[in-house]
Amino acid sequence: MNFLDYETLRVIWWVLLGVLLIGFAVMDGFDLGVGILLPFVARSDGERRVVVNAVGPVWEGNQVWLILGGGAIFAAWPLIYAVAFSGFYLAMLVVLLALILRPVGFKFRSKMPGTRWRATWDWLLFLGGFLPALIFGVAVGNALVGAPFTFDDTLRMTYVGGLLGLLTPFPLLVGLVSVAMLTMHGGAYLALKTEEPVAGRARRTAFFAAIILILLFAVAGYWSAGLDGYRIAGAFPHDSDSNPLGKAVIRIAGGWYANYAAMPWTLAAPCLGFGGATLAALALRLRWDGLGFIASALAVAGVVATAGVSMFPFLLPSSLDPRSSLTVWDASSSQATLFNMLVAAVIFVPVVIAYTAFVYRVLRGRVSEAQVSADHSSY
Amino acid sequence: MIDPTAVDLSRLQFALTAMYHFLFVPLTLGLSVLLAIMESVYVMTGRRVWRDMTQYWGMLFGINFAMGVATGLTMEFQFGTNWAYYSHYVGDIFGTPLAIEGLMAFFLEATFVGLFFFGWSRLSKVSHLATTWLVALGTNLSALWILVANGWMQNPVGAAFNPRSMRMEVTSFYDVLFNPVAQAKFVHTVSAGYVTGAIFVMAVSAWFLLCGRNAAFAKRSMTVAASFGLASALSVVVLGDESGYTASENQKMKVAAIEAMWETEPAPASFTVFGIPDLAADQTNYAVRIPWVLGLIATRSLDTPVPGIRNLVADNADRIKSGMIAYGALAKLRINPGDDDARAAFAAHVQDLGYGLLLKRYTDKVTDANAEQIQEAAWDTVPNVLPLFWSFRIMVAIGFFFIAFFAFSFWLSAKRRLDRHRWFLRLALLALPLPWISAELGWFVAENGRQPWTIDGVLPTFLSVSSVGQASVAVSLIGFVLLYSLLAIVEVFLMIKYIRLGPEGALGAPAEATAQ
Repeated sequence: MNFLDYETLRVIWWVLLGVLLIGFAVMDGFDLGVGILLPFVARSDGERRVVVNAVGPVWEGNQVWLILGGGAIFAAWPLIYAVAFSGFYLAMLVVLLALILRPVGFKFRSKMPGTRWRATWDWLLFLGGFLPALIFGVAVGNALVGAPFTFDDTLRMTYVGGLLGLLTPFPLLVGLVSVAMLTMHGGAYLALKTEEPVAGRARRTAFFAAIILILLFAVAGYWSAGLDGYRIAGAFPHDSDSNPLGKAVIRIAGGWYANYAAMPWTLAAPCLGFGGATLAALALRLRWDGLGFIASALAVAGVVATAGVSMFPFLLPSSLDPRSSLTVWDASSSQATLFNMLVAAVIFVPVVIAYTAFVYRVLRGRVSEAQVSADHSSY
Repeated sequence: MIDPTAVDLSRLQFALTAMYHFLFVPLTLGLSVLLAIMESVYVMTGRRVWRDMTQYWGMLFGINFAMGVATGLTMEFQFGTNWAYYSHYVGDIFGTPLAIEGLMAFFLEATFVGLFFFGWSRLSKVSHLATTWLVALGTNLSALWILVANGWMQNPVGAAFNPRSMRMEVTSFYDVLFNPVAQAKFVHTVSAGYVTGAIFVMAVSAWFLLCGRNAAFAKRSMTVAASFGLASALSVVVLGDESGYTASENQKMKVAAIEAMWETEPAPASFTVFGIPDLAADQTNYAVRIPWVLGLIATRSLDTPVPGIRNLVADNADRIKSGMIAYGALAKLRINPGDDDARAAFAAHVQDLGYGLLLKRYTDKVTDANAEQIQEAAWDTVPNVLPLFWSFRIMVAIGFFFIAFFAFSFWLSAKRRLDRHRWFLRLALLALPLPWISAELGWFVAENGRQPWTIDGVLPTFLSVSSVGQASVAVSLIGFVLLYSLLAIVEVFLMIKYIRLGPEGALGAPAEATAQ
């Protein structure tokens, strides 16, 4: 199984981790954003059913990006899976409880006629979109500042801190970036998939969300210039067995800008974030809804990629014990597993993308109130 | 040292969330295939009633499916949140089937399930049928990969410990995938799901007939369910027997505990149908035994003895001593990877490293354990005899009931007498909870019988937990119990409402909102 060397496989899986997270943020991101927007852009029950049914047939498939993300991190980056999810324990609990509300919310909301029943599910669907959007952002923010964990010699991890320790100013700002981004993306989707007046309200909200995203993303970028970044000190082999205790790590103010200075082409990531959001705002103003959604998706990809590129090769630095930090070179699974997983990904990702595209093609067109109430399968 | 309360709470949370999740999974497995069969008949005959059947059972499928998806999310992330050391220790092997499950199976199922509900007017008959079959295929493949992962916990093949990364790493993905335990469990589990779907359709249809409504719809549904159920019930029992055989090869202690068999049974071993295990005296009273049967189930022979608990404990004490040597050598290797003596000692004893880890409950250093601690750790390898003994017997009894029930239903449907006997319809309705009871008991036997290990012989359960405090685990446990209880009430309420509405009510125009 040595068709690819260990270092290359690790870089490939770092890229694939990015692809998965971007896939999640672009695909499941818009229906999380639609959840956030549901109580605001749709007022009557008929309008709300249009919004729910605009994502109804596709959100379940989109959410698999999250499930797959979890599984792929488990398989390719087991230490990240172990440290991040147990370290951010109560935050993950809130995310899970919020996400659990979504399948049942979409399915059960319109199964009973009562207005109070439906209004309750509408607000639960709002929470099911808002809380994960916020907390995933806060988690990325905490990864950028480092998390307080350390390993003992048997690689058992100890995390020092609780839920409140995650809620410091910079991570909260990143949380707001995430909320603005997914609100924009959900709005751009609704602008494309619904009719007036819902589409108009979604378009306006998405426009403002895009502007706020540009501002917050800029503030976060400026702020992170002053943050302590992390760097591996000295030579460190990129192809040895994963053991995060084998390296020395130093902290440098502004260290997260080092990759951009060393490799200016990586600036493409933040440029895509700013450019995509600007283009999305412009297109939404001009009612070019198709372009608006594509531009919004590009912005999402750019913003997510920016976090990854800034930290490379770090995945989850430790603020408590920097040498315990998890990096691309010492937190991956074995060479054989990375290779097996790569084979699976190369075979199945194109298949998944192909049938997903087929399903979206079948479901193309705007969703109308008349159409929703004519079909007994509607949510 | 590890906080034993946090371990117990994490185990309780995992058991509750997994068993709750598995209330929805078997019905999804069974109904998805039944829907595909019903719609196939619709496409072949063009008769409207078969389309109504697909849509009505599909609507009930949808309510159940939403709960399965919601509770499955918890399962995907709980290994990381509560079992972090497990995730690190075996993620290299265990993560792969979970990731491939998402990629190959759940994507398929979840993408096409939307089209199943929303595609009736947008797809041709044949394309929609293909969609339904793809949902069923995705569902079943999903079970395959999950059981490959679970099978590896029971029988950890194709992996070796790497001292430098302090974890198990894959040596043969082929062995992990074609693990005989996983294959037997997969067919046993999906067949149990098919039985669940068949009983569900039988029970609801019987209720329609008892109420004197939807006779044509109900009888057709029962005909499909009876034949599908009979094949599945036979498969469940036969493959359950195969599971017993594969388990006895690598999990002798589990078999001995299920049998409450304290001493080694000379060949051919007899099977205890009934008895009262006495834990204080380590013996089973009032036992009713059938000669030869256990020998045949467990060894497929008449001349191989089946080892008893006391003998296995003695064997395990030896493995613990060998594990202590492995652990001591590992500690030396971690400090000095070039230590050749330690490397040789480690290689000679690494297969018992997991047994050495059992001592971590008594001494953090492992190598300094005394004879008493070794003996205690050896007895720790015995799972809970009493609940295993009874759970297994109830599960098997229900399994045989299913064969009899479906055989009779099949005969009735062949004679076109499904609606003749009210006692039969009442029996079908009363049978509704049985597949869930037997499935939950089956998982209890499989997972509790694996204790004290998460990975059999490799990693003890108490070492597998995260370093999360007991207060946090208590909070999450309470959170899950509250939310799951509320959702259970909503789910049962909606199910009953849509069953009462019946096909004509549920497939009519959807209710518009009304003020309350």
